[in-house]
Amino acid sequence: MENNIKMSSSPHIRSRVTSANIMLCVTIALLPASAFGVWNFGLPAFIMLLSTTVSAVLTEYIYEKLMHRKVTINDFSAVVTGLLLGLNMPASAPWWMGALGSVFGILVVKQLFGGLGQNFMNPALGARCFLLISFTGQMTTFIYDGVTGPTPLAMLKDGQSVDSMKMLVGTIPGTIGETSVIAIIIGAIFLILIGAIDLRIPGTYIVTFVIFIGIFGQFSNANVGFFDVQYITAHLCGGGLMLGAWFMATDYVTSPITKRGQLVYGALLGILTGLFRLFGGSAEGVSYAIIISNLFVPLIEKVTLPKPFGKGGEK
Amino acid sequence: MNKCTERLFNGLVKENPTFVLMLGMCPTLAVTTSAINGVGMGLSTTVVLVLSNMLISMLRKIIPDSVRMPAFIVVVASFVTIVQFLLEGFVPSLYDALGIYIPLIVVNCIILGRAESYASKNPVIPSIFDGIGMGLGFTVGLAAIGVVREIIGSGKAFGFQLLPLADSATGKAGFVPVTIFILAPGAFLVLAGLTALQNKVKRNAARKGKKPVETASCGEGCASCTNSACGGKVFPAGNEKE
Repeated sequence: MENNIKMSSSPHIRSRVTSANIMLCVTIALLPASAFGVWNFGLPAFIMLLSTTVSAVLTEYIYEKLMHRKVTINDFSAVVTGLLLGLNMPASAPWWMGALGSVFGILVVKQLFGGLGQNFMNPALGARCFLLISFTGQMTTFIYDGVTGPTPLAMLKDGQSVDSMKMLVGTIPGTIGETSVIAIIIGAIFLILIGAIDLRIPGTYIVTFVIFIGIFGQFSNANVGFFDVQYITAHLCGGGLMLGAWFMATDYVTSPITKRGQLVYGALLGILTGLFRLFGGSAEGVSYAIIISNLFVPLIEKVTLPKPFGKGGEK
Repeated sequence: MNKCTERLFNGLVKENPTFVLMLGMCPTLAVTTSAINGVGMGLSTTVVLVLSNMLISMLRKIIPDSVRMPAFIVVVASFVTIVQFLLEGFVPSLYDALGIYIPLIVVNCIILGRAESYASKNPVIPSIFDGIGMGLGFTVGLAAIGVVREIIGSGKAFGFQLLPLADSATGKAGFVPVTIFILAPGAFLVLAGLTALQNKVKRNAARKGKKPVETASCGEGCASCTNSACGGKVFPAGNEKE
């Protein structure tokens, strides 16, 4: 009889949602974009994705073995980092560049700061910016159908017109995972349906961005009017905005935990991205916008701390 | 170990200004884009440090305590001006590379720090050796950072092409420089990496049963000591030798 009474301290009820579950879902959600990237860019894209993912997992494993820490490669977070970095690389870059980026992202940005949950910026984006600064030439050369061409965003910046339909489907030059808006949206809908992410950050991000581009687009490009629909559509479908908004800005570790904070964070992202795209030196600015906003997250959380019930009010 | 060699050892290893005291970070991060710039900056600072330590130590009984900072600055600034003109006259390429960081040696915290914590309290000869030790420690630190950044960032060491570069035009395989290392972020990465490395080496040496590095050759009492990591453990308050 007494064997039926199980004595233990709290917690007694555990959620079935774990980091590993969530990260596995994110990996699945990234598969449409990856598959489209491989179809779009061919074998080099596959090799790049494989190299970034494998080297991210290997780096995590070797570091944790050397440091006698618990090996955490089973939680899929390294896979997500590697895959995201791969999706952010041009297919024409050599595979070792992706591997180097993965090593930097996992080792310097993630593990040296204490591993999963402690990193101060998104490891995949940290690695991308590391590569972007180091190998500017290879990282901004996009070869599509054997021709080196400018991305739609670069053409927009030059004042040329672009085909928004092609940008929606994704048959344009760009990094492996960013070209197809449809494939990214499929993954994002999956994540929203299972509840892994909510609309708060990506929603505010995109709305703020649209407002910013709508108002200030005319100052960057003389042919664009106030809230020019075509121009805004092209900016929404072009570059890494969709991939960044749905998959990288929503990273649990590097986004605010408070609900009001998430709105502030999304708005900051939208403004920074618009600022970099319209008035910056390069055509793209999503990755810099996200890592800069990552650095503001502790401050945002501090300001938007919710008041406990009963505190404040009339005295 | 006599007093002079002890000061040299102190500056080079025990209290290395770059990797242990973390002083003079501004020139450390800014000018170490190549090994030669690091060595140039280190040696210019060494010259100023030795001369200012010597003069301040000579004047230590004349300078009133309340105006010692302006007095130190005047001494240091005079020597920096001399060094600046010498560099401009004889090594103009280094002068151009170091730029604003030569006049800024005046406010380099290593120099003022040594003047304040050592030279103004100790005789001339040990002060000179303290300056040599600290200066060489700084030079070694800058040169180490500069060499690492130059090799990774451009495949060179002291201006010689160490690793053959890849050439995309002719398809020649070779080393592709990681440009970030000769830009600002690389300075932070390399400084942190080398500091971690020297901590590891020192800790291993301490574990092997050598004398703990932090407390080695501390014979001066806490007043003249700059080792804040010790925290008065070696000579607890009230037991100082002075």
